[in-house]
Amino acid sequence: MNQPAANQELPAPQPGQTLLSVRNVSKKYGPNEILGDISVDVRAGEFLCIVGPSGAGKTTLLQCLSGLLAPTSGSVSLRGVEVSEPPAEMAIVFQDYSRSLMPWLSVLDNVALPLRSTKMAKAEIKKKSTAALEEVGLAGHLDKYPWQLSGGMQQRVAIARALAFEPAIVLMDEPFASVDAQTRSDLEDLTLKVKQHLGITIVLVTHDIDEAVYLSDRVLVLGGRPTEVVDLIETHLGEDRDQITTKSTPQFAELRARVYQEIRRQTVPAQS
Amino acid sequence: MKALKNILWELWLPIVLVGLWLVLSAGSKTFYFPPLARIMDKFVHVWFFDGILKDLTPSLGRILLGFILALVVGVAGGTLLGLLRRTEEALRPVLEFLRSTPGVALLPIATLFLGVGQEMKVFMIALACTWPILLNTIDGVRSVEPVLLQVARSYRMTMWERIRFIYIPNASPQIFAGGRLSLAIAAVVMVVTEMIGSPGGVGYFVLNAQRNFDILSMWTGIIMLGLLGYLLNLAFRLAENRILRWHHIKNA
Ligand SMILES: Nc1ncnc2c1ncn2[C@@H]1O[C@H](COP(=O)(O)OP(=O)(O)OP(=O)(O)O)[C@@H](O)[C@H]1O
Ligand SMILES: [Mg+2]
Repeated sequence: MNQPAANQELPAPQPGQTLLSVRNVSKKYGPNEILGDISVDVRAGEFLCIVGPSGAGKTTLLQCLSGLLAPTSGSVSLRGVEVSEPPAEMAIVFQDYSRSLMPWLSVLDNVALPLRSTKMAKAEIKKKSTAALEEVGLAGHLDKYPWQLSGGMQQRVAIARALAFEPAIVLMDEPFASVDAQTRSDLEDLTLKVKQHLGITIVLVTHDIDEAVYLSDRVLVLGGRPTEVVDLIETHLGEDRDQITTKSTPQFAELRARVYQEIRRQTVPAQS
Repeated sequence: MKALKNILWELWLPIVLVGLWLVLSAGSKTFYFPPLARIMDKFVHVWFFDGILKDLTPSLGRILLGFILALVVGVAGGTLLGLLRRTEEALRPVLEFLRSTPGVALLPIATLFLGVGQEMKVFMIALACTWPILLNTIDGVRSVEPVLLQVARSYRMTMWERIRFIYIPNASPQIFAGGRLSLAIAAVVMVVTEMIGSPGGVGYFVLNAQRNFDILSMWTGIIMLGLLGYLLNLAFRLAENRILRWHHIKNA
């Protein structure tokens, strides 16, 4: 529990430096070895997507990264400090937006709630929460209850809650899995925009290969049994991305095919 | 306009019934069922404002005190037991047993230890009211969505913050359901303890009037008890509508 209390006190991470270091993490549930031996360094300021077949242990890995779950062996550290509980500089966006928001709190109060634990003044909390909701385009819905909003909007509330916290790193577990295709691409673009705007680091779990390639600076492909790192790919797709033009570049097609093959190679023998 | 319509819709039956009572009892010569018109005259005479000060205020005071005590003990204890699963499992049979024992069965022993005054009455009301609130709070605290607890952990919320912003709000619909039940029980226990206890209170007033063959006054006391129960329930409903607004519109 030797986490630094507030993010402001730390020097801002230089882009490219290692922010979150995952060293030989493995996880067993009883006799079942889910995660084999996973090592990866998440760089400050990057967008890292983790892809892998269903049941591969992506959620398990993300929970280990966040300190919600202790790995069986290996370690995770954030700027050299071992992660044993969710650190103050980290925010998590859960897959199940409808269940991760408090139905008894307004949209604004949902976003403000985590800030209450800090010593921030009330007015400051309100300002930050409102700003975060503006960032995700929900300025007009502050007083609604989350369940009065559409699924996509609810997930944006959850994202705003993570942003209001001003984390250095945001972990997202299949955040767009349960919304329709159009909302999904909107949320992807929103996430990219927000990330550039705020300069945060994002680790996002998905099983959608297109999504992984489209969003990422690097894609971490998981596979095998127990699950290990199959590949770690730099996308080099640049800063500005567009759902149509980026996805129709030959580079995108190539990356997509590569990840697809890697995942298929992993899943087919595993089923026999 | 709509509210007015609703009020009228709720009021027409009571008005018809009171009207019927008025008309049918008008020529009554029976000692035990005097005409309603005379009861109403007597009601004004007895209760405004001597009776209100002398008997209604103490009744109201002890029912509120007992109920609030039960609310505090029930919610606090229920939250604790809801969080301590193993302890609660061990205590569950005892709690179920106590809950199933009619509260007033403890009257004789309560009078032995606490006498027949205010303490005994408030204690009995609070005791009987605690069970529904306690057991409902336990269930409400238990049913918290696990994802919310992960959210709480990931944002490093303290235990107190979790109780205040997650466990209790999540349990609040059940707490209110238990509270409503408790309020009805409170009225019964209040009347019973007043009838066997020391003078003072509407329950005592009714019994005393009957003993003195003052049947008119007795009826006014019964009506007063009805009104008291009705108004308490109304106040409770208003509070519930305010606090559980989110729950009511969500499930509308
Ligand atoms: N608490 C647990 N106890 C035992 N086994 C578990 C537990 N949680 C997950 N598992 C198992 O671990 C494996 C990986 O689960 P996990 O949820 O991490 O996969 P995932 O890659 O996130 O899958 P999906 O894409 O379907 O979300 C699964 O086989 C699952 O059954
Ligand atoms: Mg998962």
